[in-house]
Amino acid sequence: MEAYKNHQSIAALMNRNNVDTDQIVPKQFLKKVERTGFGAHLFHDWRFNPDGSENITFELNKPSFKGATILVTGDNFGCGSSREHAPWAIADYGFNTIISTSFADIFYNNCFKNSILPLVVDSAKLDALMDEIAANEGVSFSVDLENQTVTTPAGNDFSFEVEPFRKHNMLNGLDDIGLTLAHEDKISTFESTQKQNMPWLWREA
Amino acid sequence: MHNVNAKTLYEKIWEAHLVHHEPGQAPLLYVDRHLMHEVTSPQAFEGLKIANRPVRNPHSILATLDHCVPTKDRNKPIADPIAKKQVETMIANCETHGLSLYDMDNPNNGVIHIVVPEHGFVHPGMVTVCGDSHTATHGAFGALAFGIGTSEVEHVMATQTLPQEKSKSMLVRVDGALSEFCTAKDIALSVIGKIGTAGGNGHVIEFSGEAVRALSMEGRMTLCNMAIEAGARAGMIAPDQKTYDYLQGKEFAPKGADWEMALDYWKSLPSDEGAFFDTTVALQGNDIAPQVSWGTSPEQVAPVTSTVPTPESFSDNNKALACKSALNYMGLAGGTKITDIEIDYAFIGSCTNGRIEDFRSAAKVARGTTVAPGVTAIAVPGSYHVKVQAEEEGLDKIFLDAGWEWRDPGCSMCLAMNGDELKDGQRCASTSNRNFEGRQGKGGRTHLVSPAMAAAAAAAGKFVDISANNAS
Repeated sequence: MEAYKNHQSIAALMNRNNVDTDQIVPKQFLKKVERTGFGAHLFHDWRFNPDGSENITFELNKPSFKGATILVTGDNFGCGSSREHAPWAIADYGFNTIISTSFADIFYNNCFKNSILPLVVDSAKLDALMDEIAANEGVSFSVDLENQTVTTPAGNDFSFEVEPFRKHNMLNGLDDIGLTLAHEDKISTFESTQKQNMPWLWREA
Repeated sequence: MHNVNAKTLYEKIWEAHLVHHEPGQAPLLYVDRHLMHEVTSPQAFEGLKIANRPVRNPHSILATLDHCVPTKDRNKPIADPIAKKQVETMIANCETHGLSLYDMDNPNNGVIHIVVPEHGFVHPGMVTVCGDSHTATHGAFGALAFGIGTSEVEHVMATQTLPQEKSKSMLVRVDGALSEFCTAKDIALSVIGKIGTAGGNGHVIEFSGEAVRALSMEGRMTLCNMAIEAGARAGMIAPDQKTYDYLQGKEFAPKGADWEMALDYWKSLPSDEGAFFDTTVALQGNDIAPQVSWGTSPEQVAPVTSTVPTPESFSDNNKALACKSALNYMGLAGGTKITDIEIDYAFIGSCTNGRIEDFRSAAKVARGTTVAPGVTAIAVPGSYHVKVQAEEEGLDKIFLDAGWEWRDPGCSMCLAMNGDELKDGQRCASTSNRNFEGRQGKGGRTHLVSPAMAAAAAAAGKFVDISANNAS
């Protein structure tokens, strides 16, 4: 997994609540067996007209948001399905940071597997950040994962929370599976104990 | 006031599955059962191959083909080349790793969350995962069952564990009794309508109360299935005699002396008296009427006896805006009676309502009726076993005589990945679980209902208050 680096970038504004995973990546794109190339499908039904041309009224198609790695959006982002294709699309498109008041649980977990940092702020702060972008599209925010802060030109700075374990893995681009397998002996011990105490779980069918 | 030694069902399962927890790391939870389907697994198998890691416990895995499979003309090759490749990839991967797969030629084939209980694969107290949010279904057995992403699918295959943060607990009590016209689906929609699609965020829900206890195992599966739509990590119901009776004798249920040992363990699982829940929500079964979703979120629901709300009727500005946007997409005006909304399509099926009791309930209503002119109605059994059982009971004849199509199993129109889909602007009475924009087809308009309500709507060409009008 790519390590997350502190950086400064344009913040794109998508002022919508309850953006669900069917909007993030519609189901026809879930048939692919590869993990790559999903950026082309991000927000497909909003981003493109029926004839395939870009929908210029869709907020993320604004030239002022081109190159943004930070997405500022409304409540309950990522609700719905467990499809990891959603964060794959977001990361492949170019976002590595999402700021909202809340995220759906499964989506939140999936972000950390893909070097996307989901940041939770309160309503008042989200309103302030959205206002700042609306007043000055193309404005850049700075994200510092080490110190857990975000700074903005208008002074809407804030500190954010992130689990120490997740932070460490994101900063160092660590592979979850490798880390878990370092505890392989404990997994084996657990299984031996379970075989003894609950033998019916281990009978050959 | 709670007893500090009292534990919830969730806590008991959590503690029994903790492999390792050290400061600075997420707790590592053991996974007993891993369910798989073709859509969320290919990249996980690819990851194993690249890292040269084997599947740790093949016997813990049960796989099926469900999302992309056609529900008719199954003797022909799959028309969509991308879907075809995805199905072939699953078959090859399962063969490589020696995994049990119910492919389309297998009499056990069907939707993952329907076939798994049919074979008694998930027991009370198990941690069960799948790359699918409706894994919550298996919480009906008193298991901790939840959806995961493809990276986590790979993680479970490689290590049989998952790093997991512990969730908060929510108790949803439904006391009283449901009317004869209401079902687990109506309880689910009422709960989501009450707490919202983010209401359960950060929580595992335990459903309890008289009306929940009164549900059959299939009803409990429908209810737990929808817990994810309330934003919860999982939905669980404590096991009881109904659970044990359902499991006994099934292929993967413990046998002989094992059964007695397992039973002892299962009986220790229900939440202790006085156990602490972070949040409690209470509903009365008697107050629940047949529900219909009117918007583009499962929380946008109303009793069939009422009207589509207006944006102004919402005091919360966000909900008002969401209403406005939904009404626009759904082509509905606030104030319209739900029973005046006409439909183009009816769909009975999905992991929510694709079981034999669902078809019995719908058939009771459909018997002797005819599908209204201009309406297409499809009945999609959740598995071949459901299909065979339904045919033994003559239910297929009831649907066919009424003008319904009787299909082979698959996820079908729930999420329209297999060619069963709505055209732009078409309106569907659907027994599935999500009504997001475009879910059943671009521009498609989904109304979530129970099977009996879908059958009644197909016959009338619009929604019907089945509690007032015995539509049979």
